[in-house]
Amino acid sequence: MSDEEETQPTDEQKIEIAKWFLLNAPAGEIQYIAKDMKAVLQDETLYITAAAEAFPLYNKSHMICLDFPDRSGEVMVTSFSEIGENEYLDPRTAQVAIVDHVNQVCRRARPANDEELPTPYIEEYRYALDIEVTKYVSEVYPKGICSVHCVNGKDVEEPGMDFELVVVISATRLSPQNFCNGSWRSIWNVEFKDEAQLVEVRGTLQVGAHYFEEGNVQLDAKHECKDSTMFTVKLELEYLSPEDSAHSVTTIICHQETEYLNSLQTSYSKLPDATFKDLRRKLPVTRTLFPWHNTSQFSLRKDIQKSLGLEKKK
Amino acid sequence: MEAAMGLMRRIPPKHSEAALSALLSLLPHHSADLLSQVDQPLQVLCDVDSGKEFILCEYNRDADSYRSPWSNKYHPPLDDGLYPSQELRKLEMEANDVFTVYCDQYYEGGTSSVYIWENEDEDGSRTADGRRGYLEEGSWEAIHVIEVVPLDEATARYCLTSSVMLSLTTNDESSGAFNLSGSIRRQMNMDIPVDEGHLCNMGRMVEEMESKLRYSLDQVYFGKTKEMICTLRPPSELVQTSLPEQINK
Repeated sequence: MSDEEETQPTDEQKIEIAKWFLLNAPAGEIQYIAKDMKAVLQDETLYITAAAEAFPLYNKSHMICLDFPDRSGEVMVTSFSEIGENEYLDPRTAQVAIVDHVNQVCRRARPANDEELPTPYIEEYRYALDIEVTKYVSEVYPKGICSVHCVNGKDVEEPGMDFELVVVISATRLSPQNFCNGSWRSIWNVEFKDEAQLVEVRGTLQVGAHYFEEGNVQLDAKHECKDSTMFTVKLELEYLSPEDSAHSVTTIICHQETEYLNSLQTSYSKLPDATFKDLRRKLPVTRTLFPWHNTSQFSLRKDIQKSLGLEKKK
Repeated sequence: MEAAMGLMRRIPPKHSEAALSALLSLLPHHSADLLSQVDQPLQVLCDVDSGKEFILCEYNRDADSYRSPWSNKYHPPLDDGLYPSQELRKLEMEANDVFTVYCDQYYEGGTSSVYIWENEDEDGSRTADGRRGYLEEGSWEAIHVIEVVPLDEATARYCLTSSVMLSLTTNDESSGAFNLSGSIRRQMNMDIPVDEGHLCNMGRMVEEMESKLRYSLDQVYFGKTKEMICTLRPPSELVQTSLPEQINK
């Protein structure tokens, strides 16, 4: 009895454990994990505390997409669109969604007020980029969603200052009946640097896949495109229209993402041949199956009969 | 308990050790079940007598000590640990020798350990057989548990449950961090005449199972996950070829 009390985790520890499980859920599976976690914890209050802390982090990291209650559009829940506790801005419809994280729904929406939106100058760039990226995403991702936000300098009113936009793209494929789920997330930071007269693009791509029919197999791949020299577009910002810059940036994004996909494909074709084969051969060097009967000695047979005999006597 | 297994199916395999210890702390009453049903990466210890490595798993564990198949001693030493009977120990030693050769043939390196024990409730013996191959970029770990039940003088029933855990990781400039890992479990039952000896029968089953698992791992690990990625973002060749069709329509 005293052993159990010693090894029983404290409430705080239990909450941390529950949070850890929730945060590590693969794309689209957090509700399943939530259900199992409740059963394992057997304590509603502890679970609620853990969920309240874990769900917002999970939702933002997976960039989930929620519909507005009046179906006027969707909002992506990300750290870039967060403007207040549980409040997320959708720049396209200029609305702010009030979100219930644990149930993963949007409860209400309200129009955004002026302070929350970027200036018309910035909005031109944001809007142009949004159009281009949306077009790209619809062409390339069967089920992709995207959004463009201004994360720096949203109050810039005229040329001469730096500002930064962020493009988020998310595509998920959920097929729980086939025991398979996957997600693609990319985040692109686009910095307009006035003094250097260039636009710098940096991205992070994250791909995950989970197959769980006869076990638990997961792919977790991440790539950062950090080399700014590759992606800087040196341009005369003064003469660069928002549409042109949007087009250039989207071309860069498209190129990088395609390249990354190709390198994933290459990894996939290399790995089975190289690594897998090295781990375990299909057949021994002799090209025949292992000769089991040859290695058994006479003594072995006698021992087996003896041990069978022994067991029978019991 | 079902909920715990559900959680283990969804947590990323690279975190499975952490997940298991979390579950053990939350569900101490179920620790026996959890430990036997959840596959964990295998660890290796060196036998002080023979200098050979042996695998640590549930099947050679008693309290916090592990029994080496080479010297039949517990590491760290244990006063009244469980030991197999004389007959089974002989079989166990033979099995370890044979499987070392098998391991070498197929894995060209790696470690294998065989543990045999008697199950008190039933009339039979069980063999656990861990196999571990390790490469810089990946690891293969296999656990096979065979339950042997003699049916009559000449035949025995063999129930094999196999799990293979595979982990492949690459990390380079062009493709970033790539981690593919997970585990698969399968079962096989066979009734075989014992004239060639238990070892022979069990060995053949294990060999067959491993080959099957290797093949399906290829399909599953690589096939399914790759398919998923291509569904999320079809490679550009596909996108381009679909456009002309639409124009023609």
